[in-house]
Amino acid sequence: MFPILAARLLAPGIHEFVVQAPRVARKARPGHFVVIRVDEKGERIPLTLADWDAEAGTITLVVQEVGYSTRLMGQLAAGDALQDVLGPLGTAPPIEKVGTIIGVGGGVGVAPLYPRIRGYKQAGNRVVAIAGARSRDLLIMVDRLRECSDELHLATDDGSVGHHGFVSQVLEKLLDSGVRPAEVLAIGPVPMMRAVVEVTRPRGIPTTVSLNALMVDGTGMCGGCRVSVGGVTRFTCVDGPEFDGLQVDFAELQQRLQQYRSQEKLAADPAQRKEACRCLEQLTAPSFRG
Amino acid sequence: MPGAADRAKLPRVEMPKQDPRQRARNFSEVALGFTPELAQTEAGRCLNCRNHPCVDGCPVNVPIPEFIALIVQGDFLGAAQKIKEKNSLPAICGRVCPQESQCEARCVWGKKGKPIAIGGLERFVADWEREHAPQAPPSVPAACESPRRGVRVAVVGSGPAGLTAAADLARLGYSVTVFETLHAPGGVLRYGIPEFRLPKGILDHEIEYLKSLGVAIETDVAVGLTVGLDELHHREGYQAIFVGTGAGLPSLLNIPGENANGVYSANEYLTRVNLMKAYRFPEYATPVRIGHKVAVVGAGNVAMDAARTALRLGADDVCIVYRRSRQEMPARHEEIVNAEEEGIRFHLLSNPVRILAGSDGWVQGMVCQRMELGEPDASGRRRPVPVPGSEFTLDVDLVIVAIGQGPNPILTRHTPGLQLDRHGCIVTDADGRTSLPYVWAGGDIVTGAATVIAAMGAGKRAARAMDAYLCSTVLAGQRAGVSEGRG
Ligand SMILES: Cc1cc2nc3c(=O)[nH]c(=O)nc-3n(C[C@H](O)[C@H](O)[C@H](O)COP(=O)(O)OP(=O)(O)OC[C@H]3O[C@@H](n4cnc5c(N)ncnc54)[C@H](O)[C@@H]3O)c2cc1C
Ligand code: SF4
Ligand code: FES
Repeated sequence: MFPILAARLLAPGIHEFVVQAPRVARKARPGHFVVIRVDEKGERIPLTLADWDAEAGTITLVVQEVGYSTRLMGQLAAGDALQDVLGPLGTAPPIEKVGTIIGVGGGVGVAPLYPRIRGYKQAGNRVVAIAGARSRDLLIMVDRLRECSDELHLATDDGSVGHHGFVSQVLEKLLDSGVRPAEVLAIGPVPMMRAVVEVTRPRGIPTTVSLNALMVDGTGMCGGCRVSVGGVTRFTCVDGPEFDGLQVDFAELQQRLQQYRSQEKLAADPAQRKEACRCLEQLTAPSFRG
Repeated sequence: MPGAADRAKLPRVEMPKQDPRQRARNFSEVALGFTPELAQTEAGRCLNCRNHPCVDGCPVNVPIPEFIALIVQGDFLGAAQKIKEKNSLPAICGRVCPQESQCEARCVWGKKGKPIAIGGLERFVADWEREHAPQAPPSVPAACESPRRGVRVAVVGSGPAGLTAAADLARLGYSVTVFETLHAPGGVLRYGIPEFRLPKGILDHEIEYLKSLGVAIETDVAVGLTVGLDELHHREGYQAIFVGTGAGLPSLLNIPGENANGVYSANEYLTRVNLMKAYRFPEYATPVRIGHKVAVVGAGNVAMDAARTALRLGADDVCIVYRRSRQEMPARHEEIVNAEEEGIRFHLLSNPVRILAGSDGWVQGMVCQRMELGEPDASGRRRPVPVPGSEFTLDVDLVIVAIGQGPNPILTRHTPGLQLDRHGCIVTDADGRTSLPYVWAGGDIVTGAATVIAAMGAGKRAARAMDAYLCSTVLAGQRAGVSEGRG
């Protein structure tokens, strides 16, 4: 069990947890993720690290309630515990001094962006951050982004704060105004990363994206997380989660993310869960008693 | 007791099984096991051959005629302990070993087509011991007399290789910790082989036994990422480490359409169902797609397990697609028979060339090509060659790819100095010693995907070699009064 030391609401439906996981905290680097299970019957779901403290032996996770497991997690408080935390997983690309970096975060993708751009800042780069959300109250971690960036731009779909529109439009304006980043790093929903890549591709700007594929084990054993990058099948959990955004097949990724849509609805509805359990109980014969 | 000539006339006692139509819809064990009477009847057929060819066919040389003789005498407990001198997991091996190509293949009755049911008897005595007597630890030969308490030894991976190494090292007195990346121990026995072939209660029993020997199991640790082998050794004081990380990396077909929704690797499909219990969704939160018409590509144990699982989840029609012929199918003979009885269809000499997806991204069909067998290839099996113009389309909505697994790369990728072969398997000597001085390895991570018994045997050999090494290093130091035991 991995105790939750602190839990707070960052925005409606978005929670931040500080979890005791000393082994993970010791080895964590920007870009790493963990696979967690909320309880004994839970799914294994990947969450990118939002922060960690090797000395305190803690990691920070930011979770938006979108499916069954994340909603379950939303009910947890300090004093509760996660059943499992495995990590740190994925490749953590080396962070070097390259010049100017533009980090683009959308929605809850701002959380994993934060340690990455902090890393770039510490490595002596000039960091421009762009953070967006549907509206002002859903924009998270703005203060933390401000601390580790030289320039911070905000965007909201409804115009309640910052640019009225998408983060990709802010990026486009910056590039048109003559900013020449060595790299753009984009983390967020698939449509957002796609839009970012559409801006950077014609301008030939190297672009890294962090993919949120469905996962089971997180260690390369199932292939459920496969994505096409440059026409080659890669496993997000061991080869990524960061990939060259100009090469990623986003349409396929989007499609694969929909695979359990109908089941997710079933799982999320408590009444249906009970009903379905009952009929399944009749289906499954008593198993071995050892 | 009947004489040899009379015994030759006796038929082989077949193990009772669940009715095929019924079992195809439940996850309970298919084979029901021998009763004591059936076991003794079958054991009575054994000739107790002096040159015991069966023993030579067994990868760990279980004293087969001896344990069978004990069954005849009614000493079932004694028989179980006899087996355990060589095989620590008989309840598991009795169920999953490919006996027809090992011990039973060599049995003198085999020439007449009815070898002694050695696997069934092994299973019987192991089950009998588990149900009737507390497990008595078989002794493990020790390399020296020194007390080993407090000397820490690590085992990475909790498949049959790791479990066996851990048990033997614990019996010798070492303080053993097993590190496992998944949330539950057992390796393939947990996430791969389904309940209907290997009830998880049997595995749980073995794990409990291991814990009773004092072995600590730390799950959620991916060695190489969560902690390095060097850190386990230098920082956490593990004096020797056994690596049994298995062959868990699924091979894919690399054909167009393979990333469509509804195409699984067998590993993912079986992991969802066995480890995550998707067959009890939504009580358990992990979903799995239940197809109507399912094609499973491959014909090994993994393919049979996936096909029979799909049937049990409720698929209407399940077929195996295999590019060679029946003779070459690598699965255990018994499981092929079971699959056929349950209604699985076989498309032999057929090879997928592309997977068709609908506009919604879901699988709609699989185009295959007929094959014929040409000259033998490197594996000695005749090489399948495509028949021109023979394409046909299977109407399927779920495809499961079960064409093999490669060595698990997590640990090996992140351990500098560990020598690998060109397939990515760890290179060892006969005792499992690797290129790193304090590291041994065994099982699928060394041999590539093989068998439970081979992995178990490798774990046993490595445990002995590790004990010899520790006797000549750490323990010798202790004997000389130098305290080196803890790092
Ligand atoms: C579906 C299926 C059916 C099979 N059926 C049969 C059968 O009927 N008969 C038979 O003899 N064989 C069968 N096999 C093959 C057999 O299961 C394997 O040969 C055997 O399990 C290998 O044992 P192992 O201990 O080497 O590895 P595994 O059983 O693969 O165990 C390795 C363990 O190590 C863990 N691990 C990996 N990397 C790390 C890391 N970095 N840190 C910590 N832990 C790690 C894995 O999670 C896993 O739990 C089957 C295999 C499959 C997949
Ligand atoms: S070869 Fe067959 S008959 Fe002879 S001892 Fe072995 S099991 Fe018995
Ligand atoms: S999550 Fe299973 S291989 Fe990536």
